[in-house]
Amino acid sequence: MNNEQKKGFSRRTLIKGAAAAGGLAVASSFVPYRFAIGAQAKVKVGILLPYSGTYAMLGNSITDAMKLRIAAAGDMLGGRPVEYVAIDSQMSVPKAPQNTSKLVDKDSVDFVVGPVHSGIAAAMAKIIGKRDQPIMIVPNAGSNAVTGPLCSENIFRTSFSNWQPAYPGGTLMAKEGHKTCITIAWKYGAGRQMMDAGAEAFTKAGGKVIKDIEVPFPDVEFQAFLSEIASLKPDAVFAFFSGGGAIKFLKDYAAAGLKSIPLYGPGFLTEGVAKAAGAAAEGVRTTLHYSADLDNPSNHAFRAAYEKATGKGANVFAVQGYDAGSLIVQAMAKVKGDTGATADLIKAMENANFIDSPRGPWKMSAAHNPIQNIYLREVRNGAQKYLGIAAKALEDPAAGCKMA
Amino acid sequence: MSLATFLIQLLNSVQYGFLLFLVASGLTLVFGIMGIINLAHGAFYMFGAYVVWWLFGYTESLTLSILLGVPLIMILGFAIERLAIARLYHRDHLYQVLLTYGLILVLNECQKIFWGSDFYSVPVPELLSGSIPLTENQVYPVYRVFISVVCMLLAAGMYVLIQKTRLGMTIRAGASNREMVQALGININWVFAIVFSLGAALAGFAGMIGAPISSVYPGMGDQILIISFVVVVIGGIGSIKGAFIGAMLIGLADTFGKVLVPDFASMAVYATMVVILIWRPQGLFGQPVH
Repeated sequence: MNNEQKKGFSRRTLIKGAAAAGGLAVASSFVPYRFAIGAQAKVKVGILLPYSGTYAMLGNSITDAMKLRIAAAGDMLGGRPVEYVAIDSQMSVPKAPQNTSKLVDKDSVDFVVGPVHSGIAAAMAKIIGKRDQPIMIVPNAGSNAVTGPLCSENIFRTSFSNWQPAYPGGTLMAKEGHKTCITIAWKYGAGRQMMDAGAEAFTKAGGKVIKDIEVPFPDVEFQAFLSEIASLKPDAVFAFFSGGGAIKFLKDYAAAGLKSIPLYGPGFLTEGVAKAAGAAAEGVRTTLHYSADLDNPSNHAFRAAYEKATGKGANVFAVQGYDAGSLIVQAMAKVKGDTGATADLIKAMENANFIDSPRGPWKMSAAHNPIQNIYLREVRNGAQKYLGIAAKALEDPAAGCKMA
Repeated sequence: MSLATFLIQLLNSVQYGFLLFLVASGLTLVFGIMGIINLAHGAFYMFGAYVVWWLFGYTESLTLSILLGVPLIMILGFAIERLAIARLYHRDHLYQVLLTYGLILVLNECQKIFWGSDFYSVPVPELLSGSIPLTENQVYPVYRVFISVVCMLLAAGMYVLIQKTRLGMTIRAGASNREMVQALGININWVFAIVFSLGAALAGFAGMIGAPISSVYPGMGDQILIISFVVVVIGGIGSIKGAFIGAMLIGLADTFGKVLVPDFASMAVYATMVVILIWRPQGLFGQPVH
């Protein structure tokens, strides 16, 4: 920097400039978004997902697939360019309100995509559900409450409710001739809700849950529980863990010689970890709203595009992110980029068309949760093998939601 | 609970205790003996697991990967001690807390850059992949027994090193009075650098040998960090025997807590710690603080 420039930029001009910029900022906040369209104002998509820690893989899969879908639409939403504002959620529930208000108040985003964790979802929904804007799209967190008691006009989910992938698993166990089972999961929101749904279906079909084991979260020392399972001799075990915990559970279960007791669970038990768990995961039957080997053209196209873009195979989390992108693209096209027309935007999202989703066709329920098929899968040679539909067009009961 | 079940749970407790001592052993040296608060202990553990997975891709042998991996972690520990930690010995403990917390963030980020955020696993070596029948429907993996044996050797080795050798004597002397040891003509800086890298190598080694049963994933180090501190504090700062007994007690408390009082299972470990520290604030085998 030379002297002349230094001189030219005096303290006075700085203050003037700051005042002018401040004035502009105040003025622009009074201008409705509608007027910004002509100037091609960017559509701001806020993202609150984990990019570090155990669940970083989920955050990355969701983000990559969502961006892939929006890129396929030319990186334009209703004729306006898109801008992403991403925050690493660090899976921290205490930080969730602060992170949410940073996106909503400071960055004034039009959409918030997130989170992965149910606890964070509840915190976000409590803040965003009370406002007209932005629109929140949940690409994973399954907390029943988000499309139950906390449901709101501007909250949508493109993934699942915890009840959905678990309930058909309970029915399946009974159908395959098992009379007694033990449920085992981490002691936290998602684990509890999935075990309750599985137990509900199993009991309804005439089975009996002889013990419910809650493992402290995120403890991965299962040995004491495995000995307990061995001594109680149930016909089957219904389990939910995910990520590193799921690999360890599957390996410990097999290493303890318990494979004679069939293992079932919501699909997350084997999703993305079947390869790492190796022989331990073989033969484990799970129910989920996606299976990598689904034979439909959109799934083939999606998997090829995702692999080309990221160099990795797509998983269920990527599918959820892809559909979140699809939801935004479709709705924004319908309102021609007018994010100020909130009512029209919400209507467009409710009626969005997911005929070509990689998971097979689905649509939004009145509570804004997918009505979708739940598939039966089995791990064979380290990969998911699709065996059939466990529940067709399953809708979450959405207990406590005033919109349903 | 039948006698057989009780005995099996006792076996589980002891085995978990060994595992805990293994992951806490490095911290026993660095925190327990040298008094450095090393929050990055878990990060070294995670790095060990990732390094062994990465080397396994080339060598296809767990033994070889561990033999190559341990020196790597040792060098990493040495570099960190020389470049960063050595500058803080004369300062308050709080600086070590801040520095090593920063190291967690840096090492986690490095792990993400080098190996990504996927989950990996390392197979159990063929020779140790068998299992021992316990009851009609439960077996015990040989590899877990093997880890227990390794852990016993490690504990004995550390005990002899610290209590019976000249180096151990220097380390203990240096921890209690740095200046005095230096005045006696011993290069204390090198001693500390060696012990710190040894501690890092032990943490890495625990991650490596545990990799086949724990699998390899981001954030795996965070989970063992707190429990490692609990083990060292219960046992008493500066005592390897204490850390060993502490690990066993935590193994028992955790296992039987889970079985007998499942609703409070996550509290059992900490409740044990509270009771022990009320009874003996210096830990089981620690020297009373004057």
